[in-house]
Amino acid sequence: MVETPRPRRTFRRPSVIPGFGISFGYTLTCLGLIVLLPLAGLVVKASGLGLSGIWEVATDPRVASALRISFGVSAVAALVASVFGFLVAWVLTRYRFPGRKLVDAAVDLPFALPTAVAGIALASLYAPDGLLGAPLARLGIQAAYTPVGIFIAMVFIGLPFAVRTVQPLIAEIDREIEEASATLGATRRVTLTRVVLPPLIPAVLTGFALAFARGVGEYGSIIFIAGNLPYVSEIAPLLIVIKLSEFDYGGAAAIATIMLGISFLTLLAINLIQAWSRRRFGYV
Amino acid sequence: MSEIFSPAFVPSAKPAPVASEGAGTRAVLIGIAVTFLALFLVLPLIAVFTQAFSKGIAAFLDAFREPDAWSAIRLTLTVAAIAVPFNVVFGLAASWAIAKFEFPGKSLLITLIDLPFSVSPVVSGMIYVLLFGSQGLFGSWLIDHGVQILFALPGIVLATVFVTFPFVARELIPLMQEQGTAEEEAALTLGASGLHAFRTVTLPNIRWGLLYSVLLCNARAMGEFGAVSVVSGHIRGLTNTIPLHVEILYNEYNFVAAFAVASLLAALALITLVLKSVLEWRFAGELAGGRAH
Repeated sequence: MVETPRPRRTFRRPSVIPGFGISFGYTLTCLGLIVLLPLAGLVVKASGLGLSGIWEVATDPRVASALRISFGVSAVAALVASVFGFLVAWVLTRYRFPGRKLVDAAVDLPFALPTAVAGIALASLYAPDGLLGAPLARLGIQAAYTPVGIFIAMVFIGLPFAVRTVQPLIAEIDREIEEASATLGATRRVTLTRVVLPPLIPAVLTGFALAFARGVGEYGSIIFIAGNLPYVSEIAPLLIVIKLSEFDYGGAAAIATIMLGISFLTLLAINLIQAWSRRRFGYV
Repeated sequence: MSEIFSPAFVPSAKPAPVASEGAGTRAVLIGIAVTFLALFLVLPLIAVFTQAFSKGIAAFLDAFREPDAWSAIRLTLTVAAIAVPFNVVFGLAASWAIAKFEFPGKSLLITLIDLPFSVSPVVSGMIYVLLFGSQGLFGSWLIDHGVQILFALPGIVLATVFVTFPFVARELIPLMQEQGTAEEEAALTLGASGLHAFRTVTLPNIRWGLLYSVLLCNARAMGEFGAVSVVSGHIRGLTNTIPLHVEILYNEYNFVAAFAVASLLAALALITLVLKSVLEWRFAGELAGGRAH
């Protein structure tokens, strides 16, 4: 006769499945040692500088211009990636054409291709004598070694985020709603702008935010095409690397903190828009 | 009017659905999307291979006669051989704890596991410099005890583990959550030990999802540049991984060699994409979220 244990309050809900203690403990240990402790080190270093110290770094002209370039160019690139990403997602889910699956697989190329490889490939394509750089130069646009090059690299790495966040939602749209709209006399344009697009806007915004955040932090695919001219085409992550190589850990930590802060505020804004959309329309 | 009555005019079997665009608009949109992807995504990939072979096969092979290239390849394989299995074990443990049990704070835990994805690669490397660098928190202790972490294998492995940390867990957690605990409970009631149930019930259920995540994790581990670049110290023949070796060759204007070595990584990316697509097409139902395309 086994004595039935008295029910007691436990951290986890009781279950017959074994192994919670060891798997949970191992998870927390790895997470703590590899992710949380090192990130805490950054927080400690940044708080050691204090707000005035961080402000001092942020207002340094070279740092300020690098931050402006990183965030400004990334915003434009994420916008372009969102527009074309939406178009690509729409075409891939709505239309059937030969080679569609191949095109769909190609969207993930920037996820799979190492950033340094993408970087040197983009640099050679858009160099003034490159395959795409030469025709652009004839049009009077110098792509490589200018912010235009940074923009191109950021569109490259941001595109899959824009496509993959919108794609599943387009696939889920109930076609009958569109048919109803058409039957009620709406033109296709009205159906698209009034019925199809509004529910997709939050997903497009999420894709924009992901592409934007990725672009701001990106390093490998940008530094080869950017030319890295201070005040012109120098990005914030490169400035972190430069500060670290000069053993200016405080300066590097300050730039990283500012970058994380602005990225956090952007994501917060997007989340607020989504929360508003959920209240207003009843969906995300 | 005449063409309507000509025999060439065959009314299409299916009337154009009202819930779609006209054939002309469709063709234009497909054209724009495909051209855009070809220019922005596919052309860079082709450029890697054309540049690598631009001076012929002999010049391509010359890039691999250098001992530094081989030491970079060896280092990259070593780092992946440590980082990927580590993340597999972590991913299995984390998904087991999170998917099979109910406890408070679960979504916070998932968010924390995802954290490395939202950190810039450069910052991912920097946090280890802040800890283990000569001016870092543990820097002087490490120097006193003769332990080398930064600018050596341990630092490179740590940075790689950090950037690939969420890959396996974030694929397996939703997959295991979809599958629930009924099958494991049945196995346990029938007398299987916990480990036996895991090996014969859980593992076969998640094998394609696990393979999928290992593919992506490995591609990132071998190709990581920013984080590794910060912690490696760029010591030729010692702490250069393949991507760092590519950078050095490129900055020395040794373009053919740079692209030749880069073509190894591009080939790895292609293989990864092909296998990933095959998994998505054949085993969509056995991947997280039923990734059907």
